[in-house]
Amino acid sequence: MADLTCKIGGVTSPNPFWLASAPPTDKEYNVVRAFQAGWGGVVWKTLGEEGPPVVNVSSRYGAMHYNGTKIAGLNNIELITDRPLDVNLKEIERVKKAWPDRALIVSLMVPCEENAWSKILKRVETTGCDGVELNFGCPHGMSERGMGSAVGQVPEYIKDVTTWCKKHTKMPVFVKLTPNITNILYPARAAVEGGADAVSLINTINSITGVDLDLMSPEPVVNGVGAHGGYCGPAVKPIALCMVGEIARDPACKQIPISGIGGVSTWRDAAEFIALGAGSVQVCTAAMHYGFKIVEDMIEGLSNWMDDKGYKNLDAFRGRAVKNYKNWQDLDMNYEIKAKIHEDKCIQCGLCHIACEDTSHQAIRAEKKDGKRIYTVVNDECVGCNLCLHVSPVDGCITMERVENGKPYMTWLQDPRNPANMKKKTG
Amino acid sequence: MSSKVAELAAQAAEVDIAFGRLTAEEYVENFSDIHPPLDRNKAIIEANRCVFCHDAPCIEACPTGIQIPIFIKKISTDNVKGAAKTILEANIMGGSCARVCPTEELCEEACVRNTQSDQPIKIGQLQRYAVDNLMMRPDRQLFRRKPATGKRIAVVGAGPAGLSCAHRLSREGHDVIIFEAKEKAGGLNEYGIAAYKVPNDFAQSEVSYILSLGGIEIKYGQALGKQISLVQLRKDYDAVFLGMGMTGVNALGIAEEEMEGIENAVDYIEDLRKSKDLSKLPVGRRVVVIGGGNTAIDIAIQIKRLGAEYVTLLYRRGPEHMTATEWEQEFAQTNGVMIKHWAMPKKLIGRHGHVAGIECEYTQLDDNGKLMGTGDTFTIDADQVFKAIGQTFVPSPCQDNGKDLLQLSKKGRIAVNDEGLTSLPGVYAGGDCTEGQDLTVAAVEGGKVAAEAIDRYLKTKR
Repeated sequence: MADLTCKIGGVTSPNPFWLASAPPTDKEYNVVRAFQAGWGGVVWKTLGEEGPPVVNVSSRYGAMHYNGTKIAGLNNIELITDRPLDVNLKEIERVKKAWPDRALIVSLMVPCEENAWSKILKRVETTGCDGVELNFGCPHGMSERGMGSAVGQVPEYIKDVTTWCKKHTKMPVFVKLTPNITNILYPARAAVEGGADAVSLINTINSITGVDLDLMSPEPVVNGVGAHGGYCGPAVKPIALCMVGEIARDPACKQIPISGIGGVSTWRDAAEFIALGAGSVQVCTAAMHYGFKIVEDMIEGLSNWMDDKGYKNLDAFRGRAVKNYKNWQDLDMNYEIKAKIHEDKCIQCGLCHIACEDTSHQAIRAEKKDGKRIYTVVNDECVGCNLCLHVSPVDGCITMERVENGKPYMTWLQDPRNPANMKKKTG
Repeated sequence: MSSKVAELAAQAAEVDIAFGRLTAEEYVENFSDIHPPLDRNKAIIEANRCVFCHDAPCIEACPTGIQIPIFIKKISTDNVKGAAKTILEANIMGGSCARVCPTEELCEEACVRNTQSDQPIKIGQLQRYAVDNLMMRPDRQLFRRKPATGKRIAVVGAGPAGLSCAHRLSREGHDVIIFEAKEKAGGLNEYGIAAYKVPNDFAQSEVSYILSLGGIEIKYGQALGKQISLVQLRKDYDAVFLGMGMTGVNALGIAEEEMEGIENAVDYIEDLRKSKDLSKLPVGRRVVVIGGGNTAIDIAIQIKRLGAEYVTLLYRRGPEHMTATEWEQEFAQTNGVMIKHWAMPKKLIGRHGHVAGIECEYTQLDDNGKLMGTGDTFTIDADQVFKAIGQTFVPSPCQDNGKDLLQLSKKGRIAVNDEGLTSLPGVYAGGDCTEGQDLTVAAVEGGKVAAEAIDRYLKTKR
């Protein structure tokens, strides 16, 4: 049995599966149920400063359903916790005492003033929680009040606030980053410079999930109108993975621990985030869709996979894919693959043919023999693009086969067809 | 003592035919829709299972060539009206075909999902969902007639072939007069299909939809060879389409004495379909059905659902030889019909002028694969015996003074070419009176193909 113990930024949990700061972690009742189900940690839903009330609207969620699959993506316009600070702090203290082995991080968002941060940190520290996460990510509502992503979009603010927090508390400080920027490295480097113990990413993405065509209103609809909200769920995973990978391979980020967030729904998603450098992963949408019990398969599936691969603990494969995350110009121009259709598995749907014929390289021929549809790859035309493999509804029906051309690994930078190299030659 | 036993035995052997074997609720339940329709949610889930094949095998398997993946895609996007248009464009009786087609051996058998996950898309159910939804819309008329051509075409028979032909001709701007022998249109959809497959008077709703296009008039009580003649129709109209189906019934091939309780399945089903009160139908306690096709299955199940206690379906070969589909056979069995394979009727047993039983002989195939009796016999008690061994085309209505006007096929139906043209110029035919699959959907296609050919013929004739 693989050891799933997770250590990140000075915080330890029995497994890497944490619930992200969101509605599922808003109160003791939910968090206790999560811990009972087996979650390794939670980031308590964001607390704000004492005083100004936080009031929410209804509805609060919009969703992207795709071809009958519910919630490919979810968006929300809910604000930070709308419960009194005192109540939250008391509950956090109780939960931590009852569940000492689980990671309990408290998410915070207060105005961009040193005093505000020092004040709330003092109070949070008394709960005995394991750390704090600075919410610089929320793209809706709070950002209009100068908090959330309004801070996260300005690297200097990130650095300042992180520095204040490190100054005013001994608790580990996680900085949660917003993806609503053009280059994730700038806010990440700012967090590193400010002394953050870890970064958490991604927060939700600015979004409108749809338009109600009867009301002519963006969704989710609040009395006939809509505001943009934060997008999350399976659809955002590729964006999150890319940003995690960027930070993991950036020398200036100095291998800062990463808590990976964004569409993690299965153990496989988690393994991918960890392989790209994440320490723990945070989950929200999958739990909101199916309930806390999904963590059972996450823990067991990850553990079984690690056993199969011979990874004794998370560090054994953490970051293993980082060195393979390259820029395009570093790819091998001489690598050649061709599609191969395995006729015995073909169900004669013709999707590979029409995809190639209409939208790619006309490299899959369609014929009929004795009433049977037969699809054959035209090797001379096939560029090995993979499209047929992706559209095929049958796993294993199409494989991409390596063409052994005997040519060496050659990047674009080395490629004689690269105009830069031609110039050298002629010039 | 022994006389008492004999008396009881005699009583037991008394003919037991009765009316109203069931309660009113039971009749309603037994003759309601066998496949409840899909609601929007179920339809969308099912539609999303469709792989959306290119050059889809299901289209090829549909006699009318409906663009199935296209209509299913439209259902998945809530473009239900568009889905119905795709269906009705190829098959104007898509609503009844969705209900009565043996989809398990047509589109759904060809579905690639069979190979991928053993479970085809419910194409028939989805088709019904689309068409039913259209029928409820106020803007349900999807078709418009082209400018009037002034041509008039006579169509004989208001069944699927005739209606399909008429609709297509009317769309092309021709005027159509349909001559129908019975008092209602719809053909076998109205009179021949099991009641629970087309409940709620669906056949008539469909007819009224077809007629709502305009340009089609139906004259009822007009049978070819009686009130009208082919010779006259040819004189009075620019073209003629024959779609009168099969009106004859095969004989058992054994001595058939005149006795009560022996009935043609098609006649009984017609009575059932016409009946406004099912409790007025005579139902035996012990019933034997002879045959192996869908009519045999339909009568067996319906008589069981009318309250018969024992229903035995007698078929002289094995299950694989039955023309009734596997699904139909299983449906009969789960309805409590006992299917007795490899046995044939030998002698009808009568008592006081009423059938009382049937003597049967076991059958087998000889070394040459020919069916033969084994010599072993058994007897089944029966209060009612239904003959469902196939129907025949009766050519006499197409004759003129005893002389055939039309060339017949080897099997004795009207011979036609690929366009439905008979041996007489300007006379076309389709549906069950011609060779083919004997399915509603095939008749619709026959009528459609002939209409297109008639349209071309009329244009070139000018």
